[in-house]
Amino acid sequence: MLRLFRFLKPFRWLIAAVLVLVFIQSLSDLYLPTLMADIVDDGVAKGDTPLIWKIGSYMLLIAAVGGISSIGASYFSAKASASFGRLVREKVFGHVQNFSLQEFDKIGTASLITRTTNDITQVQQVLIMILRMMVMAPMMCIGGIIMAISKDAKLSLVLVVALPVLAGAIFAVVRKGIPLFKMMQVRIDKLNLVLREGLTGIRVIRSFDRTNYENKKFDAANSDLTETAIKVNKIMAVMMPLMMLVMNLSTVAIIAIGGLRIENGDMEVGSLMAFIQYAMQIMFSLLMLSMLLVMVPRASASAVRINEVLDMVPDIADNASVKNTGTRKGYVEFRDVTFSYPGAEQPALSNISFKAAPGEVTAIIGGTGSGKSTLVNLIPRFYDTAGGSIIIDDVDIRDLSQEALREKIGFVPQKAVLFTGTIAENMRYGKENATDEEMEHAAEVAQATEFIGTMKEGYGASVSQGGNNLSGGQKQRLSIARALVRQPEIYVFDDSFSALDFKTDAKLRAALRKETVDSTVLLVAQRVSTVLDADRIIVLDEGQLAGIGTHQELMESCDVYREIVYSQLSEEEIA
Amino acid sequence: MSEQKQNSPQRPKGIGMGPPGMGMMMPPQKAKDFKGTLKRLAAYLKPHRTKLVLVLLTAILSTVFSIVSPKMMGHATTKLYEGVMATAQGVPGARIDFDAINTILLTLVVLYLISAAFGFIQQYLMAGVAQKTVYDLRKDVNSKFARLPLKFFDSRSNGEVLSRVVNDVDNISNTLQQSLTQLITSFITLVGVIVMMLTISPLLTLIVFLTIPASLLATKAIAKRSQKYFAGQQAELGRLNGHVEEMYTGHKIVKAFGHERKSLDEFNEMNEKLYDSGWRAQFVSGIIMPIMSFISNIGYVLVCVIGGLLVTRNAIKIGDILAFIQYTRQFTMPITQLANIANIIQSTIASAERVFELLDEEDEVPEAKNAKAISKPAGAVRFEQVDFGYKPDEPLISGMNIDVKPGQTVAIVGPTGAGKTTMINLLMRFYELNGGRITIDGEDITALQRRSLRRMFGMVLQDTWLFNGSIRDNIAYGREDATEEEVYQAARAAHADHFIRTLPDGYDTILNEEASNISQGQKQLLTIARAILADPSILILDEATSSVDTRTEIIIQRAMGELMNNRTSFVIAHRLSTIRGADLILVMNNGSIIEQGRHEELLEQGGFYADLYNSQFTGKRITSEVV
Repeated sequence: MLRLFRFLKPFRWLIAAVLVLVFIQSLSDLYLPTLMADIVDDGVAKGDTPLIWKIGSYMLLIAAVGGISSIGASYFSAKASASFGRLVREKVFGHVQNFSLQEFDKIGTASLITRTTNDITQVQQVLIMILRMMVMAPMMCIGGIIMAISKDAKLSLVLVVALPVLAGAIFAVVRKGIPLFKMMQVRIDKLNLVLREGLTGIRVIRSFDRTNYENKKFDAANSDLTETAIKVNKIMAVMMPLMMLVMNLSTVAIIAIGGLRIENGDMEVGSLMAFIQYAMQIMFSLLMLSMLLVMVPRASASAVRINEVLDMVPDIADNASVKNTGTRKGYVEFRDVTFSYPGAEQPALSNISFKAAPGEVTAIIGGTGSGKSTLVNLIPRFYDTAGGSIIIDDVDIRDLSQEALREKIGFVPQKAVLFTGTIAENMRYGKENATDEEMEHAAEVAQATEFIGTMKEGYGASVSQGGNNLSGGQKQRLSIARALVRQPEIYVFDDSFSALDFKTDAKLRAALRKETVDSTVLLVAQRVSTVLDADRIIVLDEGQLAGIGTHQELMESCDVYREIVYSQLSEEEIA
Repeated sequence: MSEQKQNSPQRPKGIGMGPPGMGMMMPPQKAKDFKGTLKRLAAYLKPHRTKLVLVLLTAILSTVFSIVSPKMMGHATTKLYEGVMATAQGVPGARIDFDAINTILLTLVVLYLISAAFGFIQQYLMAGVAQKTVYDLRKDVNSKFARLPLKFFDSRSNGEVLSRVVNDVDNISNTLQQSLTQLITSFITLVGVIVMMLTISPLLTLIVFLTIPASLLATKAIAKRSQKYFAGQQAELGRLNGHVEEMYTGHKIVKAFGHERKSLDEFNEMNEKLYDSGWRAQFVSGIIMPIMSFISNIGYVLVCVIGGLLVTRNAIKIGDILAFIQYTRQFTMPITQLANIANIIQSTIASAERVFELLDEEDEVPEAKNAKAISKPAGAVRFEQVDFGYKPDEPLISGMNIDVKPGQTVAIVGPTGAGKTTMINLLMRFYELNGGRITIDGEDITALQRRSLRRMFGMVLQDTWLFNGSIRDNIAYGREDATEEEVYQAARAAHADHFIRTLPDGYDTILNEEASNISQGQKQLLTIARAILADPSILILDEATSSVDTRTEIIIQRAMGELMNNRTSFVIAHRLSTIRGADLILVMNNGSIIEQGRHEELLEQGGFYADLYNSQFTGKRITSEVV
């Protein structure tokens, strides 16, 4: 967590202010008992009423100073922690924006989201706690000890005994408690898992009549959790009474020993009263510290996760000097491309070479895991090749800026992703300054006009997060329209028609054909019927190029292709 | 999800207080029927009433003892002071009365020990009571899940349902563990402290009392403002988190369309707003404590001054001031705590209410009194004049008749989302019919035991459901008493044995939570093996294998074929051969069955099916013009 606090540097003056103010506040809190001692020893004992009033007003002043410093500390610590949160959030989000899909795969999208949101909030909250309370504890503690010693050094020996006992007790309880806390988290997760599985699989569970079995599973998880929770709470039950006992017994000891010292004339009664209050303040600050300490491990786990993100160096970065493409547009060439996912034993793609030119349709077919999606994901440089190169318009894509490269491409992903906003905003995502006509045209080609027309607000209809208010087919059509609005040189369709029914699929492809006469089209397909008439079919099998050619050519030469065809079409249709 | 809910499972358990004053920063959630819910919750505590009474007793005793002690300590100080003063004034033979002091101190030690012991017993007992109560509650909720009709789950998100069992129950657990006893002790402390203060000096008590309205007013004013800021912060945080979620899940698209800059700009704007409302919320809530402690310090000063004056006039004793100061310090804490607890209890009751609402949901229609079981079902299925709709005013199926003989295959055909789950829902009686009846081997399914009915069916669906556990256990899920050899046999029949044995741990491979360590196709093979093991007489199959590669698809096909042998099968059909070979085709669209018959009959009708068939399988002709 300390490493993450490097981001506090710009706010060091705020933090310095907090520390100074907290120090003043602790001083004033500690000074009040001293003044009270003066009232007792000098005022009350001597019956000096004006002095009592004088010291009293002095005390009020000190209390006010303490209060004001505390408010000030609150102000600066709020600013410091909020600024810190803002900065870390910005750094993390900005950094993640540069990630390639490689890094996303490595950490996982869900985890990245948690790291950017909850984890940062968690650390920020602990920072507030630290600034507001934890820094106060040592100051109070040290200040209190100094005051106590200045009042009566010998009596302070009581503290020398009491403090280690208290600290030891806290330590013992915390040490026993922390593994149990961890265990409890594991068991909570387990219970949640059982529950979630029970909910998602409810039809299966009921159809196999395994409700009793599931109940037993739940019951086991439930009892485990309960057992640990009881243990945790029983240990915690020791904590508070034990702390209070140590504190109270110390007070008794102070009075007993103090009494002797008073008799010898080494000390005055007021000082004894002040001393008792110092002791209380010191021990309370220790107690506070121990409670806050429980929060720190959790926050430091968050901090570790955040640092992991920040430490990750994006694999893909633009070259220092980027090239521009010439006048040729839409030429894609794979030269002996090999690609492996990190940690994979075998390459996902090996030695793939082909060329595609404008006006041509290149289809990619093959089983799952054969590398179809991987292949098209290399074109916008979501990943970098491990061997060979991809050339677009005569330039290696690694020499282009990522922005310039992606501007050429209209990408339609396997899973349609839409963003919160209106339908029009989503379509204009492809081209921000698209005119209404361009947009409507794209919608028409993508066969989206009909359903957009049925919506009350038409293009202004809102799309909820992830496009959840639209059907799969509708989302896919909008996602296609979004790419069409761009009018790119190269279209990449990564199995983008799967949620469409056959009629729409056919109509859409007919319209697309007209739209893309000047563009290069690469499409990943599952259905043979989709690829039949492509200019070039690339057949992949476990990352290897199993064949390349037209349907007729492949039917003659490629076993893998024939196998795929036979599995999907009946005899008469193949003929 | 509100911040409070998110944080509640992380509230440090078993430790008192928590950050002081935080509870009143959030606007509390309110329950609709506070009293009724409280009563019901109390019913859960009833089995533990002996312990609860003990908890109450020990709590009272522990608090009472800790309240008495400052006054006794004051006596000791007074004795010291008197001795000193007497010596100073030269009273002959005057010395500090150590005998008296030692007696007092000894009593104090005993009192402290007893108080600590009681305090411990109280929390120790409560740990058992609270956790066991929550255990019962969770158990009730879970067994309720088993009885609820699917209608309930289908109309709610899993997250929503889970949150009741997890967050709400957790909230209750924390309150029982901490807040309940705190409520008691705070209340007793408050009353006790007031009584003790009054016995020492009514005048000083009055002075301390004067500070109460001031601190109450200050807290109220600040809490009101801070609630506003916190709500603002919550809203901004929600927006920001939403943006992060969206941008990260759509990262590919953001990159593909070069929108990184724009997304970052939007983020920065939200981040700035969050910062703005965030620090304000934090600051405003942060000044509550300083103001409270300033006010209490004023009380402290006044006690010192006026107390000092009173001592000079011999109206009270010096030790009383010490005691009084300690009482003033103890005085503010329970007030803040009580205010906190009031809010916590409100939100707990709201949580409890949500849990009880769930427990009150209507159960599945109970089984007929002497429900039958078919021991060796043949698998004849008849729909007689079946009417059905998810909502009463939107009938999906009306007057449907079908007659399936044992061993026949029924193909269900239609565009995606046409309502294939409806068939499953009706056949397995997950939903009740609005009219007509469904019979299996001539028995009305409503007259059958649910267990026996559902056991007749085997399901292999596209969204495979496997649980976190070994492959062996997942297959064995099909039949409780399956032997190891039977599991292997089923796997072999499903063509899954080979791939399982290529995995490093073979049958003992643990499927992780999303079962992402095996492919979609392999998962499907496992579900087939599971169904084979269960040996049902009626099958419900989903042929869709969209995310499966062609080779695995062929294997799956073969496995399904074997499974369908001699069983009545309802197939959500995607391939022509299945459809053409089916004994009956049900054509579904938008959830209702619009046509039925054999392939040739339907083609002749020239309706929806004919249209669909032509576009799907002769679509080649259109495509050739297209691509």
